[in-house]
Amino acid sequence: MSGAVHLRQLYKAFDGNQVLQGVDLTIEAGEILTILGGSGTGKSVLLKLIIGLLKPDAGGILIEGQDIVPLREEELLKVRQKVGMLFQGAALFDSLSVKENVAFPLREHTLMAEAEIGSRVAEVLALVGMTGMEEKFPAELSGGMRKRVGLARAVALTPRVVLYDEPTTGLDPRNVDKINELITALRAKLQVTSVVVTHDLQSAFRISDRVALLSGGQIAATGPPGEIAQRDDPVVREFLAGHL
Amino acid sequence: MKGVALTRGLLLILGGRVTELLQQLGDVALLTGRTLYHAFKPPYELRALIHQMDHVGVKSISICAIAAVFTGLVLALQTTYGLARFGAKAYVGIVVSLSMVRELGPVLTALLVGGRVGSGMTAELGAMKVTEQIDAMRALGANHIKKLVVPRVLSVMLVLPLLTVLADVLGILGGMVISQYEFHVDAHLYLTTIWRNLRLADVLSGLGKTVFFGFLIGIVGCYNGLEVSGGTEGIGRATTATVVTSAILVLISDFFLTKFFWWLELLA
Repeated sequence: MSGAVHLRQLYKAFDGNQVLQGVDLTIEAGEILTILGGSGTGKSVLLKLIIGLLKPDAGGILIEGQDIVPLREEELLKVRQKVGMLFQGAALFDSLSVKENVAFPLREHTLMAEAEIGSRVAEVLALVGMTGMEEKFPAELSGGMRKRVGLARAVALTPRVVLYDEPTTGLDPRNVDKINELITALRAKLQVTSVVVTHDLQSAFRISDRVALLSGGQIAATGPPGEIAQRDDPVVREFLAGHL
Repeated sequence: MKGVALTRGLLLILGGRVTELLQQLGDVALLTGRTLYHAFKPPYELRALIHQMDHVGVKSISICAIAAVFTGLVLALQTTYGLARFGAKAYVGIVVSLSMVRELGPVLTALLVGGRVGSGMTAELGAMKVTEQIDAMRALGANHIKKLVVPRVLSVMLVLPLLTVLADVLGILGGMVISQYEFHVDAHLYLTTIWRNLRLADVLSGLGKTVFFGFLIGIVGCYNGLEVSGGTEGIGRATTATVVTSAILVLISDFFLTKFFWWLELLA
């Protein structure tokens, strides 16, 4: 099976509302794939399915060839070391400092000594341009800074796949550029597979190797950004017209 | 025809409510099972447990102490007033102490702690749920039951008996003060009647109940927090639900636990 992440005929409904209706998608190792779609089309649901926070009603999710759907929560905890996720609001733990937030997965999954943890935290914070912020608390940071710390936490364990849920939403243009640069820089430095969910078309077209359009609970189109922009497919045209 | 339609409608609503209740009970049972499983499975979250015990225990001392002292004062006032009619006010000490250690100490402390700590747990976990911190914890490969629920539930179970001991002592001393200065019952006599008549079983049955109360308060507080939906408004609703549910559960379970401990005492 090729691809770092392979989604096979995924179905998911909430209270009778069918959100995903047979999603098929392969994300190749090392690529940046952006999933586009309107609000409420199930983009974030797709990410939560990939990391195992939600279970699909039917279908398969393969992470580097391993189907995670039948796994129990305990078994999923191990798989999640391979997948990092940046949440929409960064989801930093309010009660912990920046250092403790980034150290959280290290303490959870490794037997690193305190000094090693300190240097690893400093290393990933430098990667996201947040050097020296170890002792700050999330409440003291701006939205963009929080996202960068969230990203540092997501890559602390050097995952194979990083998921980004609306990484640029709510940020000013300068911070949008910074986050976009970080996504491409992290791919280059860590060789990670990146899956980005957004409705920010400009960012999607700028950073992605491929984009996938989610519409009507299915992937309506996939392809490189330039190619997608030229497609005559009515669903694609309608989406681009509504957003560009 | 109208009557049939109305009955059908009512039955459908009732059925829906019963199904919802059963589903909630099932979810609580599931959370209880998972909490117990993770409580016994190493590694143990000792740091989080100590932090929670400080939060639940040390910070509840003042409200529990004030409530206990004034309950003791009122109890002695009312009891001596009644006993004096039979010329038995010398027995005020044992009546006050029995009421405090068997019933009022445990229940009042549980109601106060349930209101203060249970609602706090719901608000904290609810806010974490709404801001996706619980999802983030799971995404980082940590078990949120072990990290968040187990220390909270265990801390109330461990701290509530200690707070109850404090409440018992302060309530009895409060009663002693009012008996001495209001009704001229000698403090020595007051304490002697307690010392001679109060049994260890009386104290233990009261403290035993608080372990169960603590469990109920912790599990209700955590369950409502983890089930929050609908943003900040949802947190408000869940917090109110925790205060009401934990108070009702403490009062209802108190009856059955009292019966249970009576039965145990009879067996012993």
